[in-house]
Amino acid sequence: MELDLFIRYGPSLLSGFAVTILCWIVGSLGGLVLGFVLACLYRFGPAPLKWFIFGYVEVIRGTPFMIQLFILYYGGPSVGILLSPVQAGIISFIVYGSPYFAEIFRSGFNAIPEGQIEAARCVGLSETRIVTRIVLPQMLVPITAPLTNFFIILTKETAILSVVTVPELLYETQTMASETFTFVEPFLVLSIFYWLMVIGTSRLGAIVETRVTRHLRRT
Amino acid sequence: MNFSFDVIWHNLPYMLAAARWTLLISLGGMAISLALGIFVCASRISKEPIISGLAALYISFFRGVPLLVQLLVFYYMLPYIGLDLPAIAAAVLAVGMCSAAYTAEILRGALQTIPHGQTEAAHALGIPTFSLWKRILVPQAIRIGLPSLVNELILLVKVSSLASVVGIGELTRISQNITGETYRPLEIYVAAAAIYFLINLVVSLLGRLAEHKLKVV
Repeated sequence: MELDLFIRYGPSLLSGFAVTILCWIVGSLGGLVLGFVLACLYRFGPAPLKWFIFGYVEVIRGTPFMIQLFILYYGGPSVGILLSPVQAGIISFIVYGSPYFAEIFRSGFNAIPEGQIEAARCVGLSETRIVTRIVLPQMLVPITAPLTNFFIILTKETAILSVVTVPELLYETQTMASETFTFVEPFLVLSIFYWLMVIGTSRLGAIVETRVTRHLRRT
Repeated sequence: MNFSFDVIWHNLPYMLAAARWTLLISLGGMAISLALGIFVCASRISKEPIISGLAALYISFFRGVPLLVQLLVFYYMLPYIGLDLPAIAAAVLAVGMCSAAYTAEILRGALQTIPHGQTEAAHALGIPTFSLWKRILVPQAIRIGLPSLVNELILLVKVSSLASVVGIGELTRISQNITGETYRPLEIYVAAAAIYFLINLVVSLLGRLAEHKLKVV
């Protein structure tokens, strides 16, 4: 263990960590929002739109992330889409995550008994209020755990962004490793950073879970 | 950029042969993931603090450590304690056990929506715990969690590409090799993506079918 390595490479590792966090948060929150919109359109939209969303979900979910990233970053310029690595990373992250989030939200919608929605319509609640006041609070119970799962999976998928030269954590770590010929130290730091992200996410997930299940708790 | 279908056509037999390994790892992994996932989930919500603590440890370990590291541990470290697994067994076990942690969490989320009154009613009727799980809780949890479970199984198919690090010639590794020989990365990787897509399409269509079958009317 050579600790002075960390003093030399500390700033670049920290900046890599910041880029990772940036791509992860913007990408996954964007994916979450897009996924929710897709799930709502799938449930309430007209039939052709449903088929379009079905196709979108199957194609994006069925192909590897790295290939999507390659197509956007290396194939994009030939159709006039010129993106910086970070932009390409964030956009492809949003696109990649959204179908998974859409499916998770769809399972949440399915978990609400149809009778409740019919009853709400009978007493004259508007469709938006049915979603925000009745469906959403209840569907958060079964989907919080899968959402946490997927946020954790996405933390680790950020490593793939290094193949299009996004200066994120893995990229900086590999640079450090190949410049100093040390392998234990850089990758130890790498795993600690990822572990911090995972622990943080699962703690946050647990907090959200206690919050959304409080009406189920028995005293 | 000229896209040559000849390259794909020439190498397709090799890629399909490699896809068999991908399929084997995914199917084995799925079986382990579902079976073990139910078991871990049941232990996680057990009232016995030791059992639920162990399950929580299992989940946080397998979710927190990258799968690549888990694979290397299974393949290179287990022989030190006398468990010499063949590469394919190590891959199936690692993929399955990692996925089981995610499956357990999905099922736990789904189980929380089942009214507690059902469990109490079952206890009042004297239904043994095993039957309670087998006939009442698990079928409902699977129905509610099905789309998320399909998500997880699809991720499992794609993650099987990591098995190349323990020397299994599955689809991604063989595609890399062919790319190295032909210098046509675009064609080969598009073909590989198409094969993955087909496998995943089957998985998700089966999921949709199961959703229809299990729907309550």
